[in-house]
Amino acid sequence: MRALSYVQAIREAHAQLLARDSRVFVIGQGLWSPWYAGSSLEGLEREFGRSRMVDSPVSENAVTGLAIGAALAGMRPIVFHPRMDFMLLAVDPIMNQAANWSYLFGGAQGVPLVIRAVINRGGQQGAQHSQALHAMFMHVPGLKVVMPATAYDAKGLLIAAMEDPNPVLYIDDRWLYGETGVVPEEPYTVPIGKAAVRRSGSDVTLIGISWMAAESLRAAALLEREGIDAEVIDLRSLKPWDRDTVAASVARTGRAVIADSGWRTAGAAAEIAAEVGERVFRELLAPIARVALPDVPAPCSGIEEQAYYPGAEQIAAAARQLLTKSKAVRMARTARGAA
Amino acid sequence: MRMNTEWRIACWEKMILIRRAEETIAGMVETGEVRCPCHLCIGQEAVAVGVCAALEATDTIWGGHRSHGHYLAKGGSLEGLFAEVLLKVTGCSSGRGGSMHLFAPEVGILGTVPIVAGTVPLAVGAAFAYKTREEKNVAVAFLGDGSMEEGHVHEAMNLASLYQLPVLFVCENNLYSSHLHWSERRVADNLFCAGELHSIPGERVDGNDVAAVYHSVRWAVARARRGGGPSLLECRTFRWRGHVGASYDQDVGVQRRGELVDWMRRDPIQALTERLGEEGVNDLAERERAIADRIGQALAEARRAAHPLPDRVTKFVWREAVCAR
Repeated sequence: MRALSYVQAIREAHAQLLARDSRVFVIGQGLWSPWYAGSSLEGLEREFGRSRMVDSPVSENAVTGLAIGAALAGMRPIVFHPRMDFMLLAVDPIMNQAANWSYLFGGAQGVPLVIRAVINRGGQQGAQHSQALHAMFMHVPGLKVVMPATAYDAKGLLIAAMEDPNPVLYIDDRWLYGETGVVPEEPYTVPIGKAAVRRSGSDVTLIGISWMAAESLRAAALLEREGIDAEVIDLRSLKPWDRDTVAASVARTGRAVIADSGWRTAGAAAEIAAEVGERVFRELLAPIARVALPDVPAPCSGIEEQAYYPGAEQIAAAARQLLTKSKAVRMARTARGAA
Repeated sequence: MRMNTEWRIACWEKMILIRRAEETIAGMVETGEVRCPCHLCIGQEAVAVGVCAALEATDTIWGGHRSHGHYLAKGGSLEGLFAEVLLKVTGCSSGRGGSMHLFAPEVGILGTVPIVAGTVPLAVGAAFAYKTREEKNVAVAFLGDGSMEEGHVHEAMNLASLYQLPVLFVCENNLYSSHLHWSERRVADNLFCAGELHSIPGERVDGNDVAAVYHSVRWAVARARRGGGPSLLECRTFRWRGHVGASYDQDVGVQRRGELVDWMRRDPIQALTERLGEEGVNDLAERERAIADRIGQALAEARRAAHPLPDRVTKFVWREAVCAR
């Protein structure tokens, strides 16, 4: 089997989508530049022409609106936002128009659109080039949100997003671009709304989103050395998200650590924690733990960045704490039962 | 098409249809039968009719919150409009959108939305699709004078010009954005110049003269079909009723009584009626009765239609059909 990096897998998915369907085009900032998309779109404008790989003016709102209008008129666009921060200028067309369209007109017409946004954290880029804003969009009915963490999913979810008749926000993280994995050469899809169990375990469930799914696997390796057997779930889709897989796992392990690359308050991890609490409260042996960004904008200094972004160490520490706490929970429950 | 008597009668009938349909809706707003916000275009009918008279069925229009006239002028079903404002399942948007969200793709109405200028970039996107596929269609974005204060309109004009897209920006300048006169919002009365920076030709036209609107749009549409790119048309007009609802504005402190009286003297329908009288057309009263009958029948049908059942509320968030790739 052939191995590709995450970024090569994104590029291959674009190339295959452009090759097989003349309705597909890509529009956004920096398509022809070496600076914006990494190598995820490299050379595609030479292969498919600049009229299908449209490097647009800096007009996030109207470019996104153009893509929506083109989708409504029968095209299959991918609109590209090289920094998720910049996409905030396009929230109206995404949220008011694309996400509402099917509902507003009684299901008569949807918006088959892929919106690709890149999380570009680290590298001393500061508060407006680093944000992971997926929770905001996960909140919106009518919009699907996917966040691949592996090379295989990077390709399969992009193709699935294109085949979906709804607007799909596809979010990739540049910290994942170097991750390699087996990627089939032919086009394939990864189902939207289905999580992947990356590692089976019995003591604690680590639920990771995007980059934090990769970090959760590294945390599981750390915990294994200490005799703690962690299950790792890569969520992959945030809207809809795979409640059943997550609930079934936590019901078995009794402990959950949710690792997210976004902010803590009203973040994706909060939503997952609430759902787990509602579904499997009686099976919980310890409180649900969240590892997320503090409610603080992204810093710029490399030293502050180190302090800001949690990773495998913090996830492992949270898991260890749950194993300590579960003894206390058990004692309290026994005491309540006795009384 | 030649602008002969027959053409003028067809336009007159469309304008009467829009006027009487909106007066009917205004009545239902007053009695409380219609409760969704309705923004009436009474007084502005010549713009919608003049523009749509220059379009083919396959051309598309995109509108805003005040789009009953656009919808009817492009050929949207009358019963579908009444049912929509009554939020019945037979409405043109299945009773999901109400007055501000009209949809009839079979006649080229691809959506109206009340986010100010929300559909302007979408119209540009449709034009992008037509150009890519080498189709001869034209997309028309209807926008108000208030829309010109939205940044994305200027972004959209730049894109349309840069890619030389077959799109027409029709700015209906009724002088007021909600309650605010243009002079409270701009330093100069020059909306038709807004495309100059992007090399988009602009023209100001009397929006109460259906023939003048048609004449300008026909030129702009022909240019767009030839690959000549976008145009901007500023149609000067006036809305008789308030920003929203049935009433005239005078009760809410928007001081414009003298202005309203002046503009009512320039009624686009009255002007055309007089012209047709001079041309010897003597059956207008009969034609008007036929339109009134049509309105009565459509309204009765809409009133008979069903309301949605409560369990519909969660439906249509997602498109379930798998689109062929």
